[in-house]
Amino acid sequence: MELNLLTFIYLFASVTFIVGLKMLSHPDSARNGNRVAAFGMTLAILGTIFLYEKEGARLGNYQWIFGGILIGAVVGTLAAKRVKMTAMPEMVSLFNGMGGACAALISLVEFDHSAVKGFLPIIVLGLVIGSVSFAGSIIAWGKLNGSIKDFSFKGQHLFNILLLGVIVTLASYLIIFLPASAFFIFYTIFFLSLLYGVFFVFPIGGADMPVVISLLNSFTGVAAACGGFLYDNKVMLTGGILVGAAGTLLTILMCKAMNRSLTNVLLGSFGGAGKTNASAGAAVGTHKEISLSDTAVLMSYATKVYIVPGYGLAVAQAQHACHELEKLLESKGVDVKYAIHPVAGRMPGHMNVLLAEADVPYEKLLEMEQANDEFSTTDVVLVLGANDVVNPAAKSDTSSPIYGMPILDVELAKHVIVNKRSMKPGYAGIENELFFRSKTSMLFGDAKKVLQDLVAEIKNL
Amino acid sequence: MEQLLSWISQHQEILYIVMLMVFVGIEVIGRVPSVLHTPLMSGANAIHGVVIIGAIIVMGKAAPTNYLALILGFIAVIVGTLNVVGGFVVTDRMLEMFSKKKK
Repeated sequence: MELNLLTFIYLFASVTFIVGLKMLSHPDSARNGNRVAAFGMTLAILGTIFLYEKEGARLGNYQWIFGGILIGAVVGTLAAKRVKMTAMPEMVSLFNGMGGACAALISLVEFDHSAVKGFLPIIVLGLVIGSVSFAGSIIAWGKLNGSIKDFSFKGQHLFNILLLGVIVTLASYLIIFLPASAFFIFYTIFFLSLLYGVFFVFPIGGADMPVVISLLNSFTGVAAACGGFLYDNKVMLTGGILVGAAGTLLTILMCKAMNRSLTNVLLGSFGGAGKTNASAGAAVGTHKEISLSDTAVLMSYATKVYIVPGYGLAVAQAQHACHELEKLLESKGVDVKYAIHPVAGRMPGHMNVLLAEADVPYEKLLEMEQANDEFSTTDVVLVLGANDVVNPAAKSDTSSPIYGMPILDVELAKHVIVNKRSMKPGYAGIENELFFRSKTSMLFGDAKKVLQDLVAEIKNL
Repeated sequence: MEQLLSWISQHQEILYIVMLMVFVGIEVIGRVPSVLHTPLMSGANAIHGVVIIGAIIVMGKAAPTNYLALILGFIAVIVGTLNVVGGFVVTDRMLEMFSKKKK
């Protein structure tokens, strides 16, 4: 009876995962979708704790299980609640790494139990994928919060392929021959997989981290499915494979939004490509600055103003100041809208989330294609801490690492005002010709401070 | 060859699930707008936290004297819970921002 109930719970949970994921892909139902999946997950976890039995034996060590869950739940909730909006991507990466670690640990323990010899290939697979996902996610996390710098050396790709080759060879040797030194080989594979995860992510540019995290996310899904195979547990299997497949597709969709291929992201690291660009991107000239009062006049007497937000806005936490400026201009009869590039910020959707936090109405956020049709009739475009997404080199310079990425054609507008903290290049590390064009004026300073001063200035007009 | 075929037929049920889930996974998110890429990734991230069930089983099966299994299992339960709870909470926070827009 109890086992049948557990089977039903697992079936139900699998359905919630699928429905939840489906709902997550529509803006209106997304939040409920997440909750549906969370509900299913909770049932599955409770069901496992209280109903699971194998060959008549129930689970033991309850104090350990509850202790672990308690610690994980408290730490997880606090971390997730406290994290700033700007640091969300790092957090996702970190949680993903935890899942990978969990899968790897399961394999480590199960290898000890010699009873499951027939499942050795699955155990090894779970170990390798879980470890790669764990190590890679931690590196991605470090890169996003800036504690780990881009790093690559000559022959890195060859090194990675060799490393992977060694892992595969050792794993095959272990599975086929099961030598006396199996324990040693198993831990060597574990260590090498961690190393591979590190070197897999190391050379990839920080701006591409979202794609990498999404890919590692699907890896962890597969690692979880390995656990499902091992325990003949259908809910782990469905959940894992579902995420593995959806995550892979999502990774490809993300690459498409940047008009790049996955191989290009993984191999054509920004770090390496930047070198060739240094010579090609010599078209730098002088930029001109604009004062706050001039900006205030220009904007309040415009009929149509577009704001292009970028990561700088997120870093400065200037979304509320930005909304205030927008309301003030609207009250003066200026038509203000936001042009959102699909990959503005550190993650797709980053800007939407940020602006929604400041209560900016959804209708004011225009997607790239819509906005590009509007720029030619726009008086002023205010670029707030965005850089690569408005870089004309993406259209004209074939040697540019971002060549081919669709951009916001802010140049079509009459005036472009760019707010940045300094003339330093953006995250991709490439110069932006836009800043030197005759239409462009630079407004230096921290986005939040500049916007607040601008609001004050306009009020004083 | 013989071995492989018998392995396949032995695990055919699981292999069918794998195959079908691959298609379901691709199908359900096929039309996601780019705005939702991040929350969707985060939500999927929480779902693969289902690996926690494996950790619970490992933990629950461990003999009380097998300290290696106990310690590794305990860590596995902690990190697995982190993945599940943190994943869902972060996703909810992201989507909370979206729901406001309907005002």
